Amino acid sequence: MLTSLSLNQRAAILSVVLLAIGLLVWEAAIPAQKAAGELTEYERLIGGAAQKAGIPPPSEVIAKAWAELSNPFYDAGPNDKGIGIQIGYSLFRVLTGYLLAALVAVPLGFLIGMSPVAYRALNPFIQVLRPISPLAWMPLALFVIQDSQMSAIFVIFVCSIWPMLLNTAFGVAGVRQDWVNVARTHELGALRTAFTVILPAAAPTIVTGMRISIGIAWLVIVAAEMLVGGTGIGYYVWNEWNNLDLTSVIFSILMIGIVGMALDAAFGQLQRAVAYAE
Amino acid sequence: MKSFLSVENLTQRYPDGAGGTLTVFEDASFGIEKGEFVVILGHSGCGKSTIMNILAGLSDPSSGVVKMDGYAVSGPSLDRGVVFQNYSLLPWLSALANVTFGVQARYRDWSRARVVEESKKYLAMVGLEGDVLNRKPAQLSGGMRQRVSIARAFANHPKLLLLDEPFGALDALTRGTIQDELLKIWAGTEQTVFMITHDIDEAILLADRILLMTNGPFARVAESVEITIPRPRTRTGIVDHPNYYAIRNHLVHFLGQRSRDLAGRVEGGTPPPETVRLDVTGGEPDAEAEPAPRLRAVNH
Ligand SMILES: Nc1ncnc2c1ncn2[C@@H]1O[C@H](COP(=O)(O)OP(=O)(O)O)[C@@H](O)[C@H]1O
Ligand SMILES: [Mg+2]
Repeated sequence: MLTSLSLNQRAAILSVVLLAIGLLVWEAAIPAQKAAGELTEYERLIGGAAQKAGIPPPSEVIAKAWAELSNPFYDAGPNDKGIGIQIGYSLFRVLTGYLLAALVAVPLGFLIGMSPVAYRALNPFIQVLRPISPLAWMPLALFVIQDSQMSAIFVIFVCSIWPMLLNTAFGVAGVRQDWVNVARTHELGALRTAFTVILPAAAPTIVTGMRISIGIAWLVIVAAEMLVGGTGIGYYVWNEWNNLDLTSVIFSILMIGIVGMALDAAFGQLQRAVAYAE
Repeated sequence: MKSFLSVENLTQRYPDGAGGTLTVFEDASFGIEKGEFVVILGHSGCGKSTIMNILAGLSDPSSGVVKMDGYAVSGPSLDRGVVFQNYSLLPWLSALANVTFGVQARYRDWSRARVVEESKKYLAMVGLEGDVLNRKPAQLSGGMRQRVSIARAFANHPKLLLLDEPFGALDALTRGTIQDELLKIWAGTEQTVFMITHDIDEAILLADRILLMTNGPFARVAESVEITIPRPRTRTGIVDHPNYYAIRNHLVHFLGQRSRDLAGRVEGGTPPPETVRLDVTGGEPDAEAEPAPRLRAVNH
């Protein structure tokens, strides 16, 4: 009977089964812990805090998710904001830093890709700067910029620039000479050649770099917000950990994954739009 | 009289990778007249593409000049259209957009509608109409792709059209149909064409004149063979013409044997190509006053 279903349908069924098993095992593992905590009055007294910090069962996480997602944008003071607001802050930082990086990386990558001299001149700087963990810039950024919001954006800028820069340069340098020759024999100027031939030819490689960058930026924003504090999903995770509210921690971890997936999917869509077959 | 296109003392040398230089050809000189269809035949590696890229202005010779209409050629220009064996279409554009790309570049003040109309006209001339026009090159057969390239080239009315083995990657049947289409679209124009090919029959079918190149290095254009078969020609029709086998044998001999025998540097400078006219039909009504050389011996 299963064989009559398509590959996708079978995979979907398997996914649901795996999820159900995982949640069941998780749910089943929790009460044993609780029961152990209920042994004596004394243990309950000293274990009270530990009890609260125990891993919550999935049912609790789902209940929490339902509560949070049904009112995602409430704002009850600096330490109590809806998940939607926190994610909004993170997305704003990520997209601002990312767009600034794209504005620098794509034109600069074009230049590097078109000119072997520029490539050789800039390569040593790129090679030294690229392996630096973006968070290592944080103290310097905080000191120079004197603003935690801007510092977080700067860290996103730094981490997203490299994949875009290198992929743009690589894509532009790799444009088939025959296509450039088509532009030359049609007497296209430098600007028109760049926009009508080189950009579409290199677009798949450039967008691949953009997709890698957005993934890294979303990874880094969580850590950056844990450091700078105040707002954002990273701060939210850290804050709930300080409150020992593990249900919220797990819920926000899931939200980080879902938003990351959505960002990646959007760039996947863009990638399909600019793809071409030779 | 100066030719419409004159190639004067063209020399191309490259570093040979071992510290020395590789002379592809030296002091090559020949001319092409307006409206002429000239085909260049020679073995792989003798420098045909190198010559063509210089004519297109895509690369510079080590020395020598190419003059068109009396002016030295420098850099690529819309006056010299090029069709390459592969990859001359932009793969992210549809068949139609590839042609409008060219027409728009040529006629910058035309309206969009006019550009599209003109492009469709030339695409129709090579048998491409309807749905096919919206397909990307990857979704077209090799033959259709080259039809699009040819349509784009003709739509731009270049003064000189350069074709580098345009049908080299096609199967024999497809090649035949496209040759017919090329002849058809060419017949209605005064287009000057310079084409590279490997294929002797293709050369005889299409050319007014065939330039024969010796093997490299130090390749040279040794002969210029007139194709004394009247137009319009068809692939089946030319075979019945008495001159066909004389010309074909001459070309086969050249490529099989003499291109090797004649290879190498000529002491005292590269001589200009020798004109060869093979005509066994005898008392043609349009025979020139001056007796034309008849079925010249080839073993000299
Ligand atoms: N950029 C280059 N550098 C070095 N050698 C080259 C270069 N381009 C062509 N050649 C050499 O010049 C010769 C002629 O090449 P080409 O014009 O492509 O031949 P054909 O088109 O007749 O097959 C070959 O031996 C080739 O290796
Ligand atoms: Mg070649």
